[in-house]
Amino acid sequence: MQGNCVIGEAAIRAGCRFYAGYPITPQNELTEYMAEHLRKTDGGVFIQSESEIAAINMIAGASAAGARSMTSSSSPGISLKQEGISSMAACELPGVIVNMMRGGPGLGNIRPSQGDYFQATRGGGHGDYRTIVLAPATGQELADLTMDAFDLADKYRTPVMILADGMMGQMMEPVVFRKPKPRQYPECYVLKGAGNGKSKFIRGLILDAIEMEEHNWKLARKYNLISQKETRCEIHEAKDAEMVIVAYGTAARVAKGAIRRLRSMGLKVGLFRPISLWPFPTRELRELSEHIKHFIVFEMSTGQMLDDVRLALQGFANIDFFGRPGGVVPTPAELSNVVSRRYPQKDAYVDRFLRFKVVEGPFGP
Amino acid sequence: MKKIFGRPRSLKPTPTHYCPGCGHSIVHRLVAEVIDEMDMRGTSIGVPPAGCAVLAYFYFDIDMIEAPHGRGPALATGVKRVLPNHLVFSYQGDGDLAAIGTAESFHAANRGENITIIFINNAVYGMTGGQMAPTTILGQKTTTSPPGRTPLLDGYPVQMSEILAQLRGAAYIERCTVNSPPAVMKTKRAIRKAFQYQMDKRGFSMVEVLSPCPTNWKMSAVDACKWIDEVMTKEFPLGVLKDIGAKEAGKEKKS
Repeated sequence: MQGNCVIGEAAIRAGCRFYAGYPITPQNELTEYMAEHLRKTDGGVFIQSESEIAAINMIAGASAAGARSMTSSSSPGISLKQEGISSMAACELPGVIVNMMRGGPGLGNIRPSQGDYFQATRGGGHGDYRTIVLAPATGQELADLTMDAFDLADKYRTPVMILADGMMGQMMEPVVFRKPKPRQYPECYVLKGAGNGKSKFIRGLILDAIEMEEHNWKLARKYNLISQKETRCEIHEAKDAEMVIVAYGTAARVAKGAIRRLRSMGLKVGLFRPISLWPFPTRELRELSEHIKHFIVFEMSTGQMLDDVRLALQGFANIDFFGRPGGVVPTPAELSNVVSRRYPQKDAYVDRFLRFKVVEGPFGP
Repeated sequence: MKKIFGRPRSLKPTPTHYCPGCGHSIVHRLVAEVIDEMDMRGTSIGVPPAGCAVLAYFYFDIDMIEAPHGRGPALATGVKRVLPNHLVFSYQGDGDLAAIGTAESFHAANRGENITIIFINNAVYGMTGGQMAPTTILGQKTTTSPPGRTPLLDGYPVQMSEILAQLRGAAYIERCTVNSPPAVMKTKRAIRKAFQYQMDKRGFSMVEVLSPCPTNWKMSAVDACKWIDEVMTKEFPLGVLKDIGAKEAGKEKKS
């Protein structure tokens, strides 16, 4: 199943009953999938909106009315959605936003890229807020993390972003859909009409500065809780590693290929793959740095997650970087070449005729 | 003693922040009265805008969700599609509806979305201090058109009701005002009709209200009411601009 369609199917199975979106490559198959399949479900609403801005506001409305809702786009469209994402964070409305990143800045191109890391993990819109960001690297994860995204959005009443790229969206892989968890959320905020009781309202505008400050602290406490409880990562071949590649999403897939090559050459390289980009798995990475002192961050950008790795390691390990921005996906061969050249050398003498092969003793075999 | 006049159930007993002579509080009351009369307080959801009416959720005693500037119709669309039997209305000013939210208003109307927009047109950005609005009259002085609005530099006043009336999704659009007691009664009838059309699922409805803003027009409240009659209605003629159900409604009355 194609990546974009996997997200659509997983969302429908997770109980998503409202989707609004606007066409943009490379995520159109998701919009098309929802157009065809969401409308067949009981109460499912699909709207092709007039803009990205309208789409995010429609899902805010649907979410306030109690429906699990989702929108999707790609980089330039996500920039347009930021107004609504900030507003949903302020109003504490759950919702899932999919970003199939493409080359940027500006209109850029339609090739896979990871240039939106800062935008996604730093909030993206204006104001003091965060969004939970999940970065799938396989078709199976597209399915699982989409379902998790809805649960997390409900649990913390906050927008959650699935951050993947054009490659993940277009790729086809076999997928097993797990049984979704029953929806659990505090219904107290949902607008259903006042009935005979008290009316309620949902707002982000709080004119009183002290009241607004308290709202900000309330959000901050929630974000702290998320930081403590919701970090996710995968650690691969790191037990004996001398050097660890830090990469997420498509870049992590490339890294796994490179690691196979490097290991066959005798270089002990592992992988640290953040699955939650915000909250970043700082604790897990720091624990890894207790016995590994060489890290290389690999991204399809000029270096954005690099900042979070630096913040996590705080000078306790060497951090190198390799990146290709603008829609270029490096091959495992290219990455393994880069890593081998920067691999920490332990011994003074290396056999220069044996490429990539670290020699055992001072005089070689 | 028999009570013959009181606060509508759908309004909270909160004094408003609106300036003396402002039309907002009148329109709030009319909307609340109509909701009460239709017995819809428990199943109404309002969407207040950014602008002077942003605090409407303090005044209406119904469920409300605030929209970012101009996005009311999109938000209302989301709410209405999930709760199709509720009364959902968006309350918007001229900058909100005819400038930053033109796309949202236009396409909600074009989809024939079963929502109602209460459109307050006071020809000026009120809350931000009297800047030029898309509906500012030619020659009208504002803080961002100090010599008066000139077409060459500032373009022309936008007639949103006329524009939206051309869309096939629009069921009912009327332009009214609240500068005299008869006009107020007429506006109330228009709101009632728009809400009724929505509940009958006939499509998109909008009531535009030419509303006085003495503070930013720099006039007395009485002069502001006169200005609506003498100047504003020349640019924005009052009346029904679209009514797809006129014939059917007539039949209902006769029978």
